[in-house]
Amino acid sequence: MRKKSEHSATVVRVLALIKPYLWLLLLSLLFAVITVVTTLYAPVLTGQAIDHVVSEGNVDFKAITPILFRFLVVVGIMAASSWIMNLCNNRIAFHVVRDLRTKVYAHVQNLPLSYLDTHPNGDTLSRIVTDIDQLSDGLLMGFSQLFTGVVTIGATLGFMLSIHVGIALLVVVLTPVSLFVAAFIAKRTYSLFQAQSKVRAEMTSLVEELVGNQKVVTAFNYEEKAEERFGEVNHRLQKVGLKAVFFSSLTNPCTRFVNGLVYTGVGVFGGFVALTAGPAVLSVGQLSCFLSYANQYTKPFNEISSVITELQNALASAKRVFDLLDEPEQQPDKEDAIKLTEAEGTVELSHVAFSYVPEVPLLKDVTLSVKPGQRVAIVGPTGCGKTTLINLLMRFYDVNRGTIAVDGTDIRDMTRTSLRENFGMVLQETWLKAGTIAENIAYGRPDATMEEIEAAAKASHAHNFIRRLKDGYQTVIAEDGGNLSQGQKQLLCITRVMLCLPPMLILDEATSSIDTRMEVRIQRAFHKMMKGRTSFIVAHRLSTIREADVILVMKDGDIIEQGTHEELLAQGGFYRNLYYSGAPEEQGAE
Amino acid sequence: MLRLIRYLRNYKKESIIGPLFKMLEAFFELLVPLVVADMIDNGIAKGDKTYIYRAAFIMVLLGVVGLICSLVAQFFAAKASVGFAMELRDDLFAHLNRFSYAELDKAGTSTLVTRMTSDMNQVQAGVNLILRLFLRSPFLVVGALVAAFLVNAKVAIVFAIASPILALIIYGIMVLTIPMYSKVQKAVDRISLATREGLNGVRVIRAFGRQKDETEEFAEDSTHLLKLQKRVGKVSAAMNPLTFVVVNLAIAAIIMQGGEQVDAGVITQGEVIALVNYMTQILNALVALQVLIVTATKGMASAKRVNEILDLQPTVLDKEDGVTLADGSKEDGDHAVAVEFSRVSFVYPGAKEEALTGVSFAVKKGQTVGVIGGTGSAKTSLVNLIPRFYDVTKGAVLVNGVDVKDYPQRELRSKIGIVPQKAVLFSGTIRDNMKWGKEDATDEEINEALCIAQAKEFVDAKEGGLDYCLTQGGKNLSGGQRQRLTIARALVRKPEILILDDSSSALDFATDAALRRALSEKTEGMTVFMVSQRTASLQNADMIIVLEDGEVAGIGTHKELVENCEVYREICQSQVSAEEVGA
Repeated sequence: MRKKSEHSATVVRVLALIKPYLWLLLLSLLFAVITVVTTLYAPVLTGQAIDHVVSEGNVDFKAITPILFRFLVVVGIMAASSWIMNLCNNRIAFHVVRDLRTKVYAHVQNLPLSYLDTHPNGDTLSRIVTDIDQLSDGLLMGFSQLFTGVVTIGATLGFMLSIHVGIALLVVVLTPVSLFVAAFIAKRTYSLFQAQSKVRAEMTSLVEELVGNQKVVTAFNYEEKAEERFGEVNHRLQKVGLKAVFFSSLTNPCTRFVNGLVYTGVGVFGGFVALTAGPAVLSVGQLSCFLSYANQYTKPFNEISSVITELQNALASAKRVFDLLDEPEQQPDKEDAIKLTEAEGTVELSHVAFSYVPEVPLLKDVTLSVKPGQRVAIVGPTGCGKTTLINLLMRFYDVNRGTIAVDGTDIRDMTRTSLRENFGMVLQETWLKAGTIAENIAYGRPDATMEEIEAAAKASHAHNFIRRLKDGYQTVIAEDGGNLSQGQKQLLCITRVMLCLPPMLILDEATSSIDTRMEVRIQRAFHKMMKGRTSFIVAHRLSTIREADVILVMKDGDIIEQGTHEELLAQGGFYRNLYYSGAPEEQGAE
Repeated sequence: MLRLIRYLRNYKKESIIGPLFKMLEAFFELLVPLVVADMIDNGIAKGDKTYIYRAAFIMVLLGVVGLICSLVAQFFAAKASVGFAMELRDDLFAHLNRFSYAELDKAGTSTLVTRMTSDMNQVQAGVNLILRLFLRSPFLVVGALVAAFLVNAKVAIVFAIASPILALIIYGIMVLTIPMYSKVQKAVDRISLATREGLNGVRVIRAFGRQKDETEEFAEDSTHLLKLQKRVGKVSAAMNPLTFVVVNLAIAAIIMQGGEQVDAGVITQGEVIALVNYMTQILNALVALQVLIVTATKGMASAKRVNEILDLQPTVLDKEDGVTLADGSKEDGDHAVAVEFSRVSFVYPGAKEEALTGVSFAVKKGQTVGVIGGTGSAKTSLVNLIPRFYDVTKGAVLVNGVDVKDYPQRELRSKIGIVPQKAVLFSGTIRDNMKWGKEDATDEEINEALCIAQAKEFVDAKEGGLDYCLTQGGKNLSGGQRQRLTIARALVRKPEILILDDSSSALDFATDAALRRALSEKTEGMTVFMVSQRTASLQNADMIIVLEDGEVAGIGTHKELVENCEVYREICQSQVSAEEVGA
């Protein structure tokens, strides 16, 4: 019961999407009716014409000519209206899809990160791309086939009844037989298809594993064994595939056979009527008209099962898209939110508590005060809350309790954009857009000049490798930097931030894939540029953080130690342990 | 697609019988209007009821025979297309197994996976469709034409004129729309790319406050797609009405022309009806054809992509006279040279600059060699040349005194154990994975390797030990555990040369140290190449090669290099505090 109401709710929402194109829809319906009526009227006219072609010396050309003339006009109207109908349908479906897609994308850009972090991107992606496509296909098919199909059935029935009730009833009774046949075959085929997709999935994962790691296969001389394993699955796929393909291909011939029987039935029965009752009741021309109707009438029935599946798929897809749209957006900025301009760099956390899931508290009670220009390093074992702290500073997540203030103002009282503009952020996970190197560097400042871009790249030591690329700064990089090494991607991300030169900086494992020698150089560059600017650094390599003004040692969501490198070593606590267990060679060296 | 037809060679019988029976079916279908015409002329006109009975019987009979023919056709078409796909897949798989790293880099493994799976499915569907249905429509058209001529040549001229016009319309619209459809596909790909980027880059986009720009850009992409879709829709929507108009013009002409013939007493009324029916049949056949064109076009595009892979020829090949070589210098005892690089230069295929330039060094059997250098200094490129994953551009790489190009690849690689940077494991038990190194490895050999790789302990702790099942990619193990298993896998075959490509990066210092100790103690006579970023890991190596931008910046022991190699000293300084290096 509930499912049904959910179903109709989805239908209502799909209709709401179509509403802006209501006049197009009405136009489409109008032309659909015209198309169907003219399509069905055409055989009536040919039938009439044929009735004047009786036998030798008994052909009434005077009567035929006007009929054929009318016939051609009808055909012309039909062609034009069916073309217009199709254009309307295309327009509706494609526009609805464009509108919906843009809306969903904008919605996703405003979803809280808590949603995006907990739902696989692949799933959201398939809703925006595949599901909306499916909806579009369904809409198109629904308009063009379902509606014309229904009109055709109705109108054909009317025409047939108007000519001869008996034969019409015969057609009505016999036609659904093909529907049953089709359903019968579909049911049998289903399990075969399932078996096929199971083997197909098996093959896909085998191919993904072996071909995806072809280099390892080569390295271990595994080629023959791989071919053997693949061949085995391949042969199994052939076996089940043959059955599935064969049985599914039975539908058409079988329904065609049934339709042939209907045709025969109409021919014979009509023949009898014509013979016994005479041309006054059923003329030969009308019989030929009936024969063509029998074909017209059965066609929508043959298509109906595939149309219904398509529509069901479309509705299921629409539901998934609507579910995504129904996810609440992040809380909007306060109406009186202030715009943070050129922050001085005081950052204060007071009694901050936070957890991603209520059952697992992560930060319990963090209090921290950072003065302008300080370099803060955060260390600690995996899962201690380092990255979470950054999520809170950037306001990707809001604190559960306590406050975070920048320059003395609670960050919840300022606009997110202005807060973030004051932070330069480089994450371990490098993200680059498909586009040129220059475009990527200028991502934060699209109006930067080429000179500024190059200067930033020189400062970050990226200039050297960019220069050597095929087209230098204009080299187009593939999706997610595809053809660059991880280290090069990190360099570009650093350059991107250096170009903006924000008052505060966040580096989360930003140099983890860059070799240590280069890292030292980059740090020096940062040091120079960031003079007087507050920065937060998360790093694994202890060599990276030794020079920080203050090191925060975090464990299980608390700051357990705080001080400079020397102070913390002297303290002999957790930091000292971490430092030496991480580098036993240094301890024992010479 | 034509080029792939050779894969039907084992299904000659099927690929002839299938279309043949399809033709028979069409033939029987074409007889039906003649029977109806006969019934009208001789049954109704002459009032002969038995004639009508007979006509009905013949029609049902034709239906049954047609059905049987069609089933036979479907069966053989299915057999041929499925068999075709099977052989093509087998061949394709074997083909890409011969690729060297150069071809793999060029094609990209993820592309290869799609070619093997989704593209292959499209091709199979396309072939099946062509064998099964595609020929039906032309058969019906030609058959109807022939039948029309048999009834009356003068009226049949209408068919002879209409058919080529119809063919032209369909062909013309196909020619117009196919390139448009591929543009639409590109726009769809662009949408997926933009969506993927918007999702993956959500933090950066927000950090830079670019949500609005991204959304606008996306709206632009969507609108672009919309425009293309509407344009192609306009053209393809014209196909049906156009064919419909031509067919109905032809019907009008048939009635006029047929009327004259009837008036002259050449043909009958029933025959005119039959001719009109034939024209309708042609129309139906063409409508069916249009639906198929889409699938066939997709199959065609996929076939093209599959062909691209088949066209990619492996570049690293065994010598034609590649005899199995006896190792040249084995007898020379422990001091023989195991690996030698002689003025090696290497350019990645398609790259502009050399990755390695003039590299020369010789490693004695049993030595441990460290390879160090900055990001992009070609450390991995260097070790990849030893098992001949790529061919050198200049100079030569010698293993046991013999050029690697003179070995059969299998034999060369059986001497070498490799631990790649990325710890890749396969679904299956731990034992299955260990046997990649040596197919007939005993549990004893496996355990020995696990011991050296510092993996024995955690494997034993797993439920079932060696029988513990790994999921795809070994995702149910930690990064460090995966890495240790890949090391063990390389050790199982007791290789003469072991290559560790930065393969202890996920291990903590203590495990790393224990691993190195075990390697030096328990693998006597094994030559070890150790690529690393950590100077600490290489301190005890017999020889360290320092690379800088693809050139050798220094070769020697840790001590020697600290004294006279500037690059090495800088690397050390960036990792260990100054006093310690100086000490």
